[in-house]
Amino acid sequence: MIEIKGITKSYKTGDIISPVLKNVSFKIEDGEFVAIMGPSGSGKSTLMHILGCLDMPTSGQYFLDGHDISKLSDDELADIRMKKIGFVFQSFNLLPRATVLRNVSLPLMYAGVKKEERQRLAAQALAASAFPEKFWNHYSNQLSGGMTQRVAIARALVNNPSLVLADEPTGNLDTKTGEIVLDTFQRLHAEQGHTIILITHEQYVAEHAERIIHIKDGEIVNDNKNHNRRIINHYKIT
Amino acid sequence: MIISDLFQEIYTALSANKARTSLTILGIVIGIGSVIAMVSIGQGAAGQIQSSIEGLGSNLLTVIPGVVQPGRGIVSSGRGSAQTLKNEDTDILKQIAGVAYVSPEFQRRFQITSTGGNNTNSTIIGVTADYPQVRNVSVEQGAFIAENQLRGISRVAVLGPTVAKDLFADADPIGKTIRINKTNFKVIGVLQTKGSGGFFNPDDTVFVPLTTMQKILAGDDFLSTIAVSVISKELMPQVQEEATFALAEKHRVDPQSPDFSIVSQADILGTLTQVTDTFTIFLAAVAGISLIVGGIGIMNMMLTTVTERTREIGLRKAIGAKRRDINLQFLAEAVALTFVGGIVGVLLGWIISIAVSSFAGIATSVSISSVLLAFGVSAFIGIVFGYYPARQASRLNPIEALRYE
Repeated sequence: MIEIKGITKSYKTGDIISPVLKNVSFKIEDGEFVAIMGPSGSGKSTLMHILGCLDMPTSGQYFLDGHDISKLSDDELADIRMKKIGFVFQSFNLLPRATVLRNVSLPLMYAGVKKEERQRLAAQALAASAFPEKFWNHYSNQLSGGMTQRVAIARALVNNPSLVLADEPTGNLDTKTGEIVLDTFQRLHAEQGHTIILITHEQYVAEHAERIIHIKDGEIVNDNKNHNRRIINHYKIT
Repeated sequence: MIISDLFQEIYTALSANKARTSLTILGIVIGIGSVIAMVSIGQGAAGQIQSSIEGLGSNLLTVIPGVVQPGRGIVSSGRGSAQTLKNEDTDILKQIAGVAYVSPEFQRRFQITSTGGNNTNSTIIGVTADYPQVRNVSVEQGAFIAENQLRGISRVAVLGPTVAKDLFADADPIGKTIRINKTNFKVIGVLQTKGSGGFFNPDDTVFVPLTTMQKILAGDDFLSTIAVSVISKELMPQVQEEATFALAEKHRVDPQSPDFSIVSQADILGTLTQVTDTFTIFLAAVAGISLIVGGIGIMNMMLTTVTERTREIGLRKAIGAKRRDINLQFLAEAVALTFVGGIVGVLLGWIISIAVSSFAGIATSVSISSVLLAFGVSAFIGIVFGYYPARQASRLNPIEALRYE
């Protein structure tokens, strides 16, 4: 469960303090599929960095699974990211000279998991993100965009996180491959009950989630259940 | 992160740009290789000098006229110019406990001609029968100068092998006559080859009885050197001290500032070792500079790598890598570069030193300690020059690193 209470974040450039997030509070239950939507400059990336434990709020509290993590050191935050959070980035961020399996098992390497166990968990995560087995030993720079993003999703899932954070996951993809990725998220949510937060500026992408939080100029303007949810569900597991 | 993961990461990273990696390693190879080669040449030269000094005779004290000035060494002493050593000094030295043999010597250069008409300019040394025992020489053909030839002021000569060859080529010189300074001498023996001792080549010498030298050839009765052989190495300092006092008393001079000097083999060896050590340090320093340049190459490459892989570092941090993990990875890459460079460099240095000893004739010796030192230094350089880039990498802010284009 995620709970943030009165989060503010401001950046200081010289003497000018520019607030990016102003008193943001919300609660996300386990197993929810939430989209955080807003135009660029709205503060949604900053919010994602705080939710992903990459950044600290200026004030306010952040509880992840009941632990207050708004005042931890760099290494303690790294530990939380390793155990509880999975990231999917717009630009994929895979290691180009490593195989698919190695990319997926990378978080487990830092967690100190044994090699055989890593292989098993990576295979499980790749299967869950519907990544075809014949490409498992390919180098990640030999794959298409949609395939690459599914490797990234598998990598986000491999440590069985409490929270999967996807930052514009379809931003670099065409509509069709974007839908494959969104379908993958929907299926993971429906079948495995992962908590997923999708950050996007596109209404169309946000409509794939159960709940949409609108954010504008650092404040929540709207936080509602999505009544016109788009369900894809016609891309079968291969 | 376990060791095998670290190796895999290093391999992946370093094999990504093979040309750059090889060139960076080459810098270390040249550095380590030249250190190994230079030190081996220096140590080889030192060993060669040591063995040739020891070959001149064992447990040897040399009394020479004049004063060896401190700091200027034996080379610059006024050898032969002062005329303070006399024949009587020999008898005094013989009475000191611990002295085995005493060899008074008088040397001077003269023109020598053979009956066949060949001539050479060589050092003539007037010696006694004890010379072979003291100076560690032996006769190849014929006999050395005997006691009765000394008493009889005989005109006989023993030739060094080089002189024998110069005067008689391949003919047997025994019984032949040579002319030294217009006086005829009969050749009674030829010495075995000994090899050059550095400053003085005992092979290029002619020996005559001391009495003959003083009375007929030179017309002076002083000595240029008295060589004293001591029974054992342990007695040498004691004998040296007693000899100094005895001779000072005889010459009526203050033992603190005598008109002669007693030089032991250890002194000569010490002076020469000092020279070769300086030489070795100098060579190693020059080679060390190239090693530092190689290290800078490593640092340069690592800094470039960190910049190039900023996003990768950001990603690693986002998925849970701690500072320590990133630090370790980049430091290990730098150490791997220097370590590979160290191995290849030791082999290269070894090959160079073998080549130098076979082509240039300088003895070389690659010691285990210099190999271990080279490995230690290369690992140290990896750590020193890899530390800063690794620290830069580990301190990157993950958010900014992920945004880096």
